[in-house]
Amino acid sequence: MPVSQESAQPVVLTEGAVAIDGRPVLRGLDLTVRTGDFLALMGPNGSGKSTLVRALTGLLPLTTGSLELFGTPIDDFEDWSRVGYVPQRAGAGSGVPASVWEIVAAGRLGRRKLFRPLSRADRVAIDDALDVVGLAHRAKDGIARLSGGQQQRVLIARALAGEPEMLLLDEPTAGVDIVNQRALAATLQELGSRGSTIVLVAHELGPLAPLVSRAVVMRDGRIVQDGAPLADHGLPHDHAHHDHAHDPMTGHEIRLSSPLDQEAR
Amino acid sequence: MSPVELFSLPFMQRALLAAIFTGLAAPAVGTYLVQRRLALMGDGIGHVAVTGVALGLLTGTSPTWTAVVVAVLGAVAIEVIRERGSTNGDVALALLFYGGLAGGVLVTGLAGTGAARLQTFLFGSITTIDVTDVIVTMALAAVVVVTCVGLAPQLFAVAQDQDFARVAGLRVRYYNVLVAVLAAVSVTVAMRTVGLLLVSALMVVPVATAQQVTRSFRTTLTAAMGLGVAASLGGLLISAFASFKANVAPGPTIVLLALAGFVITWPVGAWLRRRQRLTAPFPADDLPPLDHVDTEAHPHEHGPDCGHVAVKHGDHVDYVHDGHRHAGHGEHYDEH
Repeated sequence: MPVSQESAQPVVLTEGAVAIDGRPVLRGLDLTVRTGDFLALMGPNGSGKSTLVRALTGLLPLTTGSLELFGTPIDDFEDWSRVGYVPQRAGAGSGVPASVWEIVAAGRLGRRKLFRPLSRADRVAIDDALDVVGLAHRAKDGIARLSGGQQQRVLIARALAGEPEMLLLDEPTAGVDIVNQRALAATLQELGSRGSTIVLVAHELGPLAPLVSRAVVMRDGRIVQDGAPLADHGLPHDHAHHDHAHDPMTGHEIRLSSPLDQEAR
Repeated sequence: MSPVELFSLPFMQRALLAAIFTGLAAPAVGTYLVQRRLALMGDGIGHVAVTGVALGLLTGTSPTWTAVVVAVLGAVAIEVIRERGSTNGDVALALLFYGGLAGGVLVTGLAGTGAARLQTFLFGSITTIDVTDVIVTMALAAVVVVTCVGLAPQLFAVAQDQDFARVAGLRVRYYNVLVAVLAAVSVTVAMRTVGLLLVSALMVVPVATAQQVTRSFRTTLTAAMGLGVAASLGGLLISAFASFKANVAPGPTIVLLALAGFVITWPVGAWLRRRQRLTAPFPADDLPPLDHVDTEAHPHEHGPDCGHVAVKHGDHVDYVHDGHRHAGHGEHYDEH
C-alpha cells in the first residue's frame, strides 16, 4: 500500500505505549483504523480498552511510539471536528441544570467561532443528531431526568452534532438496558451505512454484534487478536478456548461471530 | 425624605449603579463556579483579596487595583492546585484562604490605617463609593458579563465535560484559568457592594435560587443574573429607607434578601422535583405482557381529574392508587 494512502487513514498508531502515573499500561500497540471500519475494541476489564481510546483522542499522551490522525501527527492535529468522542457516561452530572438540547449543542463547538451565535447549519445539525438517537421529543428536558440509557444516547448525539468522520465510543453499552442498546445499534448502523468510521469499546456486544466488521481483542495492555470477526472466529461460541482456555473473561466475546456467520461474508 | 429626593442624591445614584452592575456580574461567574462544584471558590478569592486591599492601604495605591492583582494571582493559584488534583486540594485551598485573611489583617496593622478602613472592604460600603470607583466597577463588571455571556457555549462545555471539550479542540486550561480570573475580577467588583467576606453569597445564592425551578443552563444563568440585580437593588433600597430609623448596612441586607429569595423558592423547587419524580413514566419494555391481574372490585372511576397521580406507562396511563398501579382495561382495571 502506498505511503500516502496509508497515512490518510483515520488512525495510524505505531509501536504505541501509554503509562499512567509512571506505570506502563499499554505497550507495543500497532493499530490502523481504516476509513469505514466498524471496529470493536474488546477484552476483559483492565485490559486497556478505554485507555487506548483515550490515547487515540489525545487525552492520554503516548510515552513512546507515534500516532497519526487523518495523516497528521497528533501533536499537530487541529482538525478535531473530524473526530467525535463519546466518553463513558459521567455519574451525577454538573451542579447546574442543563437541557438535552444544550448538551447536544456543545457538540458544535469544534465548528463554531468565538462570540458568534449558532448558525442555521448548527441548528440543523443539532436537530438531526437528536433525531438520529430518537430523543428529539426530550430536547427541552433536563438531562438529569433521563434514564441512563437515554443519557448515553444524548452523549452520542452530542458527538454526532459535530458531524465527525470518525466516532470513538467508550463503553456505550455499559449499564444500558436491552431496549436502549437496540436503539443504539440502530443509530450506529445508520452512521455506518453513511460511511462513518466507528471505533467502540465494548465489554459485551449484544445487539451491536451484527454491525462489527473488525474485532480487536486486548489483553493486559496488548492487542492479542485483530481481524474480521468471521475470519478469526470462524467457529461459533467455543473458539475463545483456543487462546484463553484459562481466562473465563474472554469467553463471551466470541459470540459476536455467530450472527456474522449467517451473513456469510 | 421622599424616594425622589433620595434618588436625586449623587451618592445614592452611584450606589444604585454599582448595585446593578455588581448584581449582574457576580451571579454570571457564580453560575460557572456552581456548575463546576466550586461554590466556595469566590469565598477563597475574597479572603486572598483582603491581602490585596491591605497592600493598597500600605502603599497608598488604590485598594481596588491591588485587590484585583492579588485576587487574580490567588485565583490562578487555586486553579493550578485544583488542576493538579492533589489529594489534599481542599486543604491547600484552606491554607491559601487563611493566609490571605491573616496577611491582610497584619499588613493593615502595619499600614496603621486601623480596622475601620479595612472593614469597609470586608463588609462593603456601597454608599461611600466615589465616581472613579463607580466607573471602574461598571467597566470591570461589563467585561465580566460580556465574557460570561458571550463565551457561554465554550465555558458551559468545559465545565460540563472536560474530556469532551478537550477532544472537541477547546483549550480547556485557558478556559479554566479564564473562569478563575473572571471570578477574581467579580470578587473585587462586589467588594465595595457587599464586602469581601460576603462576596461569595452574591455569586452563589442567586444561582442556587434559580436552579430550584430551571431545567436548562441558559435560563439558570439568565435568572441568576436577574435575581442578583433584584437582590442588590432591593437590599440597597431597603437599607436606604430603613436607615432613617436604624443603622442598617447595605451589604448584609443585600445578602439576607438574596437568602430570603432562596428560602421562598426552595419549597417550590422541592415540590416541583417531587411531582416530576411521581409522574415520571414507568419504564415500558417490548417484552410480552405479564400475567393479567384484575383489581379487586373497583367502584372508583379513574380519569384526568380523579385526584390519583397519573403516570404514563408505554401506550397507556397507570393511576397510582394506595400503592397499586391501576390501568383501565375495558370495563375494569388491571393491576400493573
